[in-house]
Amino acid sequence: MLQRTPLYEIHVALGGRMVEFAGFELPVQYPTGPTAEHHAVRAAAGLFDIDHMGQFELAGPDVVEFLQQIQVWDVEQMAEGDAHYSLLCYEDGTVVDDIFLYRLSGRWLMVVNAANRAKDWAWIEHHLGRYDVALIERSDDLAMLALQGPKAEQILQKLTDYPLHTVATRTAIETQIGGLHVIAGRTGYTGEDGFELYAPVDHVIDFWNQLLEAGKEEGLLPCGLAARDSLRFEACLPLYGHELSAKINPLEARLGWTISWSKPFIGRDALLKVRLEKPERLLVGLEMIDKAVPREGYPVAVDGKVIGHVTSGMKSPTLGKFLAMAYVPAEHSAIGAKVDVIVRGEPKQAVVVKRPFYKPRYK
Amino acid sequence: MAKYKLDKSVKYAKTHEWVRIEDGVAVIGVSDYAQDALSDVVYVDLPEVGDTVTAGKQAATVESVKAAEDVYAPVSGEVIEVNTALEDTPEIINERPYDAWFFKVRPTDALEQELAALMEPEAYDKYVEELE
Repeated sequence: MLQRTPLYEIHVALGGRMVEFAGFELPVQYPTGPTAEHHAVRAAAGLFDIDHMGQFELAGPDVVEFLQQIQVWDVEQMAEGDAHYSLLCYEDGTVVDDIFLYRLSGRWLMVVNAANRAKDWAWIEHHLGRYDVALIERSDDLAMLALQGPKAEQILQKLTDYPLHTVATRTAIETQIGGLHVIAGRTGYTGEDGFELYAPVDHVIDFWNQLLEAGKEEGLLPCGLAARDSLRFEACLPLYGHELSAKINPLEARLGWTISWSKPFIGRDALLKVRLEKPERLLVGLEMIDKAVPREGYPVAVDGKVIGHVTSGMKSPTLGKFLAMAYVPAEHSAIGAKVDVIVRGEPKQAVVVKRPFYKPRYK
Repeated sequence: MAKYKLDKSVKYAKTHEWVRIEDGVAVIGVSDYAQDALSDVVYVDLPEVGDTVTAGKQAATVESVKAAEDVYAPVSGEVIEVNTALEDTPEIINERPYDAWFFKVRPTDALEQELAALMEPEAYDKYVEELE
């Protein structure tokens, strides 16, 4: 049985095309179409229902020590109000999930992928052991929306007295927005400035409508999963199940920057070994020289020999280029290296290019 | 079919291609239902002039933000022209599906028989309604 977010009826009324994603029925697009939605986020703003994402709250005397152990980032560096991207890793260094951590007043919020929610919960609970930590499932009482784009601050400011220009990228506040108690993080998954908003689930329909109304002048569009994917793709933000999995380690995924080596964490020994020996394969950005749409799963080949596979690919709406991310052996990962992407049996030339394809424009 | 535009001057295949006969030449594209189901089109892989296409067999590929879909030739013949405008502006398939032709075919003697196997607009209208 598929789950629905509290906004299901709203999406249907807006003409959203509902599809299955991570066990939820969500809009893949609205009638304006994914390309228009994508451009709206780059030029103005977009509103996303991302309530399928999971939120776990952690608190208690041992919470910092526990978090240090189960994820890779050094949370002792985080002050109250800080937010940071991180990873949960298995002993062997592969990835349980990629997460966002918020240090709030007296507690921490961990945001996890919808598809991994149950797995993450079980994994975290398994490691709780002797730690004096309360692990609380908040996914069902916090609704999560994303307001993204260069006009996001201007739109959100209409609904709150809090001076939003003082909220730095990767920090969060708890304040009244639209008459509701909201956690607002200056975070996102689009490569644009913007906010991720956590509101009480009982009021989220009202909150969504207030936001859409507030953004009318600025050209705010409701956006679906397709635009969310193309936006994160251009910014080369990984998507679990594509660029990350239990068969991929963070160094291959070029996420070494998330790891604080100076503290212990699960997977550290295995990753230290990878770091010393260098990863055998690496995530690269590819630009098609021959016109063709590279898609997930397409083989990447050199001299007719398959050396890897595309993890995500599309025609970039912002750049107009046919681009892909793929894992290839390290010796084929240098910028400028030529490879073929096999499109319906035919080799199509591509070249390794710099990541990200689109340089994020954070505040 | 209130939801989808219907061109009354063409015949339709079950696989959602349309064909219009202009001065003995078969002009081929995809229906409004097809473009809507595809979502935003980003690329079209067209046959080459001189290629032979066969009714019911793949002749082109249309790539949207969602997926790559085969386009089948509704009639057989030799490709005499392809719509190169689709290379740079594939979005016209979404905007004006009955103007955005893919390729033109000089049909064979089997044309009448092949056309008879296709649907009239009213029949296609019902067909699409049942798919919904």
